[in-house]
Amino acid sequence: MTEYDTVFLFFSVALVLSALMVIISPNAVVSALYLVLVFVFTAGLYILLQAFFLAVIQILVYAGAIMVLFLFVLMLLDLRTPTRWWAGNLPALVGGPVTGLAFGLAVWATLKRTTWPVVEQGTLFRGDMTQVVTPVFARFLLPVEVTGVLLLVATIGVVVLTKREDRP
Amino acid sequence: MIVGLNHYLAVSAILFSLGLVCLLVRRDALLILMGLEMNLNAANLALVAFSRFGRGASGQVMTFFVIAIAAAEVAIGLAIVVALYRKRKSVNLDDFRTLRN
Repeated sequence: MTEYDTVFLFFSVALVLSALMVIISPNAVVSALYLVLVFVFTAGLYILLQAFFLAVIQILVYAGAIMVLFLFVLMLLDLRTPTRWWAGNLPALVGGPVTGLAFGLAVWATLKRTTWPVVEQGTLFRGDMTQVVTPVFARFLLPVEVTGVLLLVATIGVVVLTKREDRP
Repeated sequence: MIVGLNHYLAVSAILFSLGLVCLLVRRDALLILMGLEMNLNAANLALVAFSRFGRGASGQVMTFFVIAIAAAEVAIGLAIVVALYRKRKSVNLDDFRTLRN
């Protein structure tokens, strides 16, 4: 096993374990913190895939902005989450894992049956910042503009949604 | 062992399944949003792996857009959760069954 394989195994196992902990931990804040770990390990896998720009974006946007948003809402709502969340939702408790398992097995069967074209290690794509960002502003310029409009709409929507009606 | 495309796709599939389980099992609106984030992350991982082994930038550009959309989606989702909490004092989705039947 090379170092690459070891690091890949470490990141994947840690990723899966953190994702499991998100599901089973009774406290929502603890779940959010484990979700940060999920994002960080995914960024590690991005670095292994030589997607450095996306790894940085992942840490900044996901682990930074989105998780801080989650934690702020958790703090504002100040939820009394029941420590035994699994009590009383038997259909979800059975149906959820069964669905997940079925999906996983379906993907597994598909992957086993598919053969990808063989590529040499040296010719693989390196996601330098120039190579990723140049198409964003050339070929994908219209989607970028649309995304900008969408973000603006989302911002206005959030303000409208959370505004209190009773106050002038 | 040479880590190839299939390994990354397998990790992505496992992460997506776990996100799906989180989405279905937990009845807390915030946890459901977290499961959704895991699903998006799994899709991103698959896209980046395809970009690396398919030797093109499009997968990574797509991931870039997905991250931007995910930020907007989570902001709207959390705003809805806050609005719901103000109306009903609960974020447990089992309490919101007015439209059932």
